[in-house]
Amino acid sequence: MPDVIAADGTIRNDDWVVVPRPAAGESMDIPEDKPVLIPADLWLAGHEHFAGKPSVGVWFDSHDEPELLGEKVNELPLIAVNFPRFVDGRGYSIGRLLRERFGYSGELRAIGDVLLDQLQFMKRCGFDSYVLRADKDIAKAPKCLSFFTQTYQAATDTDQPLFRRRAS
Amino acid sequence: MYVYDEHDRQIAAERVAQFRDQTERALAGELAEEEFLPLRLQNGLYVQRLAPMLRICIPYGMLRSEQLRRLARITRDYDKGYAHFTTRTNIQLNWPNLEDVPDILAELAEVEMHANQTSGNCIRNTTTDPFSGVQVDEIADPRPYCEIIRQWSTFHPEFAFLPRKFKIAVNASEHTDRAAIRVHDIGLQLVRNDQGELGFRVHVGGGLGRTPMVGPVIRDFLPELDLLTYLEAIVRVYNRYGRRDNKFKARIKILVKALSPEGFAEKVETEWAHIKDSPSRLTPEVVTKFQGYFTEPSYDALDNATDLLATQRFENREFDKWLTHNVNSHKKPGYAIVTLTLKKTGTPPGDVTDFQLEQIADLADEYSYGEARATHEQNVVLADVRQDRLFELWQKLVPLGFATANLNTLNDVICCPGGDFCALANAKSIPVAEAIQRRFDDLDFLYDLGPIDLNISGCMNACGHHHVGNIGVLGVDKKGEEFYQISLGGSSHHDATIGKILGPSFAREEMPEVISKLINVYVENRTEEETFLDTYRRVGLDPFKERVYA
Repeated sequence: MPDVIAADGTIRNDDWVVVPRPAAGESMDIPEDKPVLIPADLWLAGHEHFAGKPSVGVWFDSHDEPELLGEKVNELPLIAVNFPRFVDGRGYSIGRLLRERFGYSGELRAIGDVLLDQLQFMKRCGFDSYVLRADKDIAKAPKCLSFFTQTYQAATDTDQPLFRRRAS
Repeated sequence: MYVYDEHDRQIAAERVAQFRDQTERALAGELAEEEFLPLRLQNGLYVQRLAPMLRICIPYGMLRSEQLRRLARITRDYDKGYAHFTTRTNIQLNWPNLEDVPDILAELAEVEMHANQTSGNCIRNTTTDPFSGVQVDEIADPRPYCEIIRQWSTFHPEFAFLPRKFKIAVNASEHTDRAAIRVHDIGLQLVRNDQGELGFRVHVGGGLGRTPMVGPVIRDFLPELDLLTYLEAIVRVYNRYGRRDNKFKARIKILVKALSPEGFAEKVETEWAHIKDSPSRLTPEVVTKFQGYFTEPSYDALDNATDLLATQRFENREFDKWLTHNVNSHKKPGYAIVTLTLKKTGTPPGDVTDFQLEQIADLADEYSYGEARATHEQNVVLADVRQDRLFELWQKLVPLGFATANLNTLNDVICCPGGDFCALANAKSIPVAEAIQRRFDDLDFLYDLGPIDLNISGCMNACGHHHVGNIGVLGVDKKGEEFYQISLGGSSHHDATIGKILGPSFAREEMPEVISKLINVYVENRTEEETFLDTYRRVGLDPFKERVYA
């Protein structure tokens, strides 16, 4: 059971299991007794079967395009975005597009190479839960989620850039 | 000049605290080197050949005298008493201790300075023309837009881990480009459309480095209020689709080339359509507010001091040379723009001591409303000097080594720190610059040669902008030995061009002689009005090649 950090820094754990992409020709190995996150394109391919199931969410890899699901994202109970390496910044754009373009309002989770110093960027791009890489000190997450109390530009957390929020 | 409000101060203070925390965790071993690397780079901190190097940001080149004094103090207290102005109008310390960097940042924050995003794969310091606001042929002052871009790009949560570094430059003059916008990832040229409305012509995908390119135009006219949303669309397309598999193919220019400028523009327009009317769109009131930070100083009502200067020129030949070469005309009668050259032979181009920084601060206070500007040619500008005080200022500049009247000549070399300091370099660059400067030590001969851009880089990363030098020199490594490859015909101005490689490279000691030969070909072939670049463009590479490899 992974420890999951929420956007407010509190820590809980849950049962969501990330189902890896199966090798070519293989089928997914989906556990029966746990909620699962499956590759987004496979969810779409099996839409008739998976849609509306509260125990089936999806995950996007960093090279996946959120346009793939478009407005269907709101049928999902949970979406995760994989950061294969923490220096791969594509996931931030995916997060913002899911939220701001497609209006996804469910839980958005960062998975993969998730480190402390990127948490606040993720939070600003619409992620509201984070599975920290296991070797990192989860106790430091609340601090790292709130290094900054002020920001210049709009993002998912606020559509008002500082130049509009400043008293004129 | 821009002045922080409580929000800027809060962000700056929180940044210092954040980097202190990150440094402590790195020193405690909680952050692996590869994890700390991008964090320290985004704070301008390199670990170099001899010591860490800290690159401090000078937003679009503007400095106040108190900032210069603080920089001087920092170089004295934390370093060896000197610093280096870079080709992107920042300033570098070469010898700080890693543990001291948070304290240095705290000292910088006190004078509204920082080292944010001066390196790393993020949006870097936005640069512009050092004559902004004082030149005659400006469409509009670019600095308010630079500050708007600075704020938008600072800690942008979506764009902190781009495929590669990302540089934006803004130019405002109709006729000259002192910001080299066509060799930036995004180059913005202020323009007015047929209706007289202000906007930008947008170039994307220029750059130097391993694959030098001149940035094509992807939009002829972007209304000024759409600046940030359009930038956001460009960078988002790049963040999503730029290559991440190969560091050498990761710059936006490779993506623009792969998609074609039209294909790239189409993707940007599609993205932009979704966000163009978002609250990130600027308002006229916001632009006016930012413009209010860059108002004119309280100029005296003066006439041009034509007669006085003519007399002073007549009486002093050295002053005459300096006035001709290092002083530019100002939009206000009776004022002038003065460039302090940091190119004295024997001093690495762009290097200044703590004492010199303090002197510049004093001169700025005394002669130029307390402000100075760093240039991408690694000089310093005092932008608002009264013409009737030029002679007095010049007399002070001479003993300080700032009056070398070689601006825009062959000896006004652009040069990176090279193998003497930089871990990336293949070869030293500073000794090459110095050897060439020593060879061409006759100022009258230099003036006769006219403007020549000589740019020297110690490696492919091209910090010395060698591709766009009229004469470019690139240090290369051949089996552990340093050699130098020459290119000709580059330009960073409105007619931006990437230079062509002359041929096989040379040993360091051959370089002054090789440059001499190139200059001789020019002198023998030029017509009366031609610059080096004009002659090269007319006669082509061959005559130069034949002479040098004869």
